[in-house]
Amino acid sequence: MTHHVILRVVSKFLIPLIALFAFYVQFHGDYGPGGGFQAGVILAASVILYALIFGLEEAKKSIPPTWVRVGMALGVLLYGGTGVATWLLGGAFLDYDVLAHDAAHGQHHGILAVELGVLLAVSSVMVTIFYAFGSRQPDLTDEDW
Amino acid sequence: MLGTVFDNYHYAVVIILMMTGLYTVFASGNLIKKLVGLSVFQTSVFLMYITIGKVMDAQPPILEKAKDYALNVSGNYTAAAGESGGGGYQFVTDIAYSNPLPHVLILTAIVVGVATLAIGLALVVRIREVYGTIEEDEISAIDYGYNLEGTSR
Amino acid sequence: MIFVSSAMVSTLILDVGFMAMLVVVAFAIVRLQSLFAIVMLQGVYSLLCAAWFVSLDAVDVAFTEAAVGAGVATILMLAAMLLADRESKPVPINRQFGPILVVILAGIALLFALPDMPTVGDGNSPANSYVGMDYIARTADEIKIPNIVTAVLASYRGYDTFGEVVVIFSAGLGVLLLLGLDGNAGKWKAKPNGIQLYAPSAPPARIKPDNDGGESS
Repeated sequence: MTHHVILRVVSKFLIPLIALFAFYVQFHGDYGPGGGFQAGVILAASVILYALIFGLEEAKKSIPPTWVRVGMALGVLLYGGTGVATWLLGGAFLDYDVLAHDAAHGQHHGILAVELGVLLAVSSVMVTIFYAFGSRQPDLTDEDW
Repeated sequence: MLGTVFDNYHYAVVIILMMTGLYTVFASGNLIKKLVGLSVFQTSVFLMYITIGKVMDAQPPILEKAKDYALNVSGNYTAAAGESGGGGYQFVTDIAYSNPLPHVLILTAIVVGVATLAIGLALVVRIREVYGTIEEDEISAIDYGYNLEGTSR
Repeated sequence: MIFVSSAMVSTLILDVGFMAMLVVVAFAIVRLQSLFAIVMLQGVYSLLCAAWFVSLDAVDVAFTEAAVGAGVATILMLAAMLLADRESKPVPINRQFGPILVVILAGIALLFALPDMPTVGDGNSPANSYVGMDYIARTADEIKIPNIVTAVLASYRGYDTFGEVVVIFSAGLGVLLLLGLDGNAGKWKAKPNGIQLYAPSAPPARIKPDNDGGESS
């Protein structure tokens, strides 16, 4: 894809903004529409756009497949770990009241941790799936279209 | 009865969309087209759920802060009971909000839907690599052509 | 249900417009043969659904549908299509009768049940009366964040969402098992019966068995 100059220039400008928007959606999810699921997908979309424009090999250099493999598991562990932490602090599983000195603060902390886990898991899984599909060799070349 | 149907034309349209997706799943022999039909069906079910949760002339389920609400709307309201916690906000709870419960269920269902779609597509890719086709009748001809009829295809 | 406000009229126009477009796109998906067009129309369908979700007050769902249905799902389908076919074969007419019969019967059964559904937008219907409205009242008291959907998703139904995250994780794992994280990347290898085989891609399935031989002898 060396000849698509406009696409390359525009996406170079857009990709950081998309990633930034993902984090806005993540951390503003308590106050407006948004949350871990949406932010994870948007973050994955920025990686996918990078891979589409600059090639899969470049994308794998910047976000190595090992990272997303670890991120996948880490997200689920962070979610489950929050539940175990509330257990150890004397509450029920995923009962965030015990995480801070008062119940509402505990709920805020718990929701933040859990949504971070969702973000990690969803974005890693989406990127993983895209890498898996993108790395297969098609038996038809682009010229056959 | 007809009047009820006319009031609920949302549901009727959603049922038509659902049946279109179902028809694609049944009739199409192409596996990718089948998956597209499945996803149309799925999205139509989401539409039905969200339609049930809609409350006429209500707000999206994001709580208004009492301070902002008092500035915008003249009238009486009661703020949430109890002293204000974390952010120092009080929320208006007695105006109409749409039902948040279907939204939560469908939100997670959408993401799970795309995950299962990815599994289905991966299976399609593997089938294509091994059989060389993704048309249903050709695959079954390869599978059963020899064994059942004693002749290769 | 008798009074009509200006907001209701504009909502009605939006709803009818979105419904018409959705039906047209869905019928086009059934009729078309080019897989590229079908996949792109699926993205269009998701985006129209997302627009209608906003009109139905479901902002979070609309956001997710636009990002997931119109974005990632379309990309994945295009990637799978690139590895498979471009065209789907037309369905012979004698194979269309059965599906049409089933679909019409199921549609009539659903329409028959339609008068039992609550009126659209009824705030006092059973679905909108108990637990959903309870969450609205309790979120302001207990969680103290404005977005009720986030509160229910992460706190009241946190265990449920944990299950969903595990489902997504297993889906990623399943794709990895089926395709491999790096794909085959031009290198396929297998070891049937102790013989190491290498090939650029997986070999096609055995259509006919070997003549007078094979594994049995």
